[in-house]
Amino acid sequence: MRSIRAAAIGAVTLSLALAATACGGGSATGGGGSNDSPKTLTYWASNQGASIEVDKKVLQPELDKFEKQTGIKVELEVVPWSDLLNRILTATTSGQGPDVLNIGNTWSASLQATGALLPWDEKNFEKIGSRDRFVDSALGSTGAQGQDPAAVPLYSMAYALYYNKKILADAGVTEPPATWDELVAAGEKIKADGKQVLGAEGANLAENIHHVYVFAQQHGADFFTADGKPDFTSEGAVAAVKQYVDLMAKDEVIPPGNAEYAQNQSVSDFAKGRTAMLLWQSASANLKSQGRSEDDYGIAPVPVQSGTPGSGKQVNSMVAGINLAVFKNTDNLDGATEFVKFMTSDEEQKILNKAYSSIPPVKAAQSDPAFDTPANAVLKDTLAQSAVALPQVPDESQFETAVGTAVKDLFADAAAGRPVTTESVKAALEKAQQQMPAK
Amino acid sequence: MTTTTAPAEAVRKTSPGAADGHPRRPGRIRRAGLPYLLLLPALLLELLVHLVPMVIGIVMSFKELTQFYIRDWTTAPWTGLRNYAMSVDFNAPVGEALLHSFLVTCAFTVLSVGLCWLIGTAAAVFMQDTFRGRGVLRALFLVPYALPVYAAVITWVFMFQHDNGLVNHVLHDQLGLTDKPSFWLIGDNSFYALLTVSVWKGWPFAFLIVMAGLQNIPRELYEAAALDGAGMWQQLRRITLPSLRPVNQVLVLVLFLWTFNDFNTPYVLFGKAAPEAADLISVHIYQASFVTWNFGTGSAMSVLLLLFLLVVTGVYLLLTSSGSTRGRRRGAA
Repeated sequence: MRSIRAAAIGAVTLSLALAATACGGGSATGGGGSNDSPKTLTYWASNQGASIEVDKKVLQPELDKFEKQTGIKVELEVVPWSDLLNRILTATTSGQGPDVLNIGNTWSASLQATGALLPWDEKNFEKIGSRDRFVDSALGSTGAQGQDPAAVPLYSMAYALYYNKKILADAGVTEPPATWDELVAAGEKIKADGKQVLGAEGANLAENIHHVYVFAQQHGADFFTADGKPDFTSEGAVAAVKQYVDLMAKDEVIPPGNAEYAQNQSVSDFAKGRTAMLLWQSASANLKSQGRSEDDYGIAPVPVQSGTPGSGKQVNSMVAGINLAVFKNTDNLDGATEFVKFMTSDEEQKILNKAYSSIPPVKAAQSDPAFDTPANAVLKDTLAQSAVALPQVPDESQFETAVGTAVKDLFADAAAGRPVTTESVKAALEKAQQQMPAK
Repeated sequence: MTTTTAPAEAVRKTSPGAADGHPRRPGRIRRAGLPYLLLLPALLLELLVHLVPMVIGIVMSFKELTQFYIRDWTTAPWTGLRNYAMSVDFNAPVGEALLHSFLVTCAFTVLSVGLCWLIGTAAAVFMQDTFRGRGVLRALFLVPYALPVYAAVITWVFMFQHDNGLVNHVLHDQLGLTDKPSFWLIGDNSFYALLTVSVWKGWPFAFLIVMAGLQNIPRELYEAAALDGAGMWQQLRRITLPSLRPVNQVLVLVLFLWTFNDFNTPYVLFGKAAPEAADLISVHIYQASFVTWNFGTGSAMSVLLLLFLLVVTGVYLLLTSSGSTRGRRRGAA
């Protein structure tokens, strides 16, 4: 009898404990931030180096420096790209997230719409210096126009044409191609030499978007109307997507096998000297980690349709980059802004952007001679003169998925030897547009 | 049937009181309540871990839960049945894609479960007799089932690669079965790639369960059948398969549910955007909710999937269990 009573008491206690934790868990953390825990910060960094370990090695000494200056300990987590957006969405939904985080700058408007990120109004900008410290092109990718930025620029990157000097010389190509026609012509010579011409990541949705968006600009088109409605099937957009996929389907400069690449295999191919050219953003550090010396390859601007890179139809890169954002419900608001100030300080900007072979979005840091090497000069010029921000609309990440998938499927068609026609491209884009949220 | 159960129940009803000897009323009430009391923690946990998220999921399916509202769900507007209407409107793109994905999943599940069962049962039957190396083979067969899903599937991804994958190396370079290297991870072949991995991963479970089921079939049955002149095929049809019936009933159901809902295999094989030919419903729903950030529609699709699986399971259990009682009755007669 006693044991039964003990069991009953145990059961009741356990039940009460469960009920209590169920009610107690998940306290609402909505609303503004606070300064309840001024001595710690959690920081989610995106994976910028060749591996997560590399990132930790780059960032940890800087975080230690910050702790020495302010007494605030920063818990670092480097989140791989495949998980980052999901992790941010989950953190947004649950209200349990980091204090400070990295976001891909193309997500700025989408994440801004959730209302989870601290808006950078004049008052907040003042705390980290001023808005004028940053380059305009980088600020153009921090949220919807006419709204306070949802994040501040941290690293800037641009696409460039990386070419293997030896393969081009062997094939008798003296100058890196400056237009798409020249690239296709050079491709004929390189193929005759038995090498692959141009690497691409056909199954990587974000890569596909970055390229077709620039092609669309070169065709004078956009994927969104001025008031933010999706417009994927305009003549220019169809021509843009077709031109990109035709690099595999018709011009045969991208090898068919690249249609299934999604894990940066095209960078490895280039590093191993299997392909002659690669369109990539700030690849130097990555190539170096794969054992490719900087002397072996050259960096040129991405080709345009004709003429030289510039604005309007002459753009040849997206404004790529990473932004630094603060979660609105942080419990260390002052510490978080202090940390943003530290990371965007001239000195830290130089250290970090050198480590990642990116360009500092902070004007004063750009003047460092390290960013004037020929390689960085190309990236810097591109960012300053011929780069365009991806659409800063709330539906941007849906656009990346829908159109990115359409391009992936078109590449699959091309790889399988099925014809890629204006009609088939238009049909694929129409399907993508129908998947977008109804307005 | 009823005549046999009634006395048993009567006995059971009287036995506690009789055994107790002291028919104290408060004690009996306490004792009657005790099982429920002891079940309470488990019930509460079940509620917490399973039912609450399910109910929230169902609630979500009636809301317009896009990126504008995920930060504070309470502000998301109610949409009534619009998410459902959109999901089942098969003339519109969203519904059409869902239907396509559903049909692909059905075909995939039938093939995968069928092959898993066939291979698993065949292997178990062949390994029924003791022979040298049986233990080693058994262990070897279970390896795919024991491997962590991610490690196993990512290995398949490497093997299925177009340029330097093992599969193309064998099929094209060495055997010359195809004119040119095939794509397995994109395009139409992706269905077969998915099926291969799924069967490779699933059949050891069927093997394990059927092997356990075979242990329960008395040897004498086979000896008697052999004396009567039954061959191996007849023994299989008349003894093995009927005896395995209850085991198979559960096995096929579990395999069906696992395969139909499988998320890891297609996700690791193809990433966020599966090729159309291998667009399984779990990944499709994931994409509809996570990647397009429309959690309301995704939830509505999940609820529809839940209803479908409930109906299939219900009908399956009804059909198979009524079949088995009929069989038992016939056996008794």
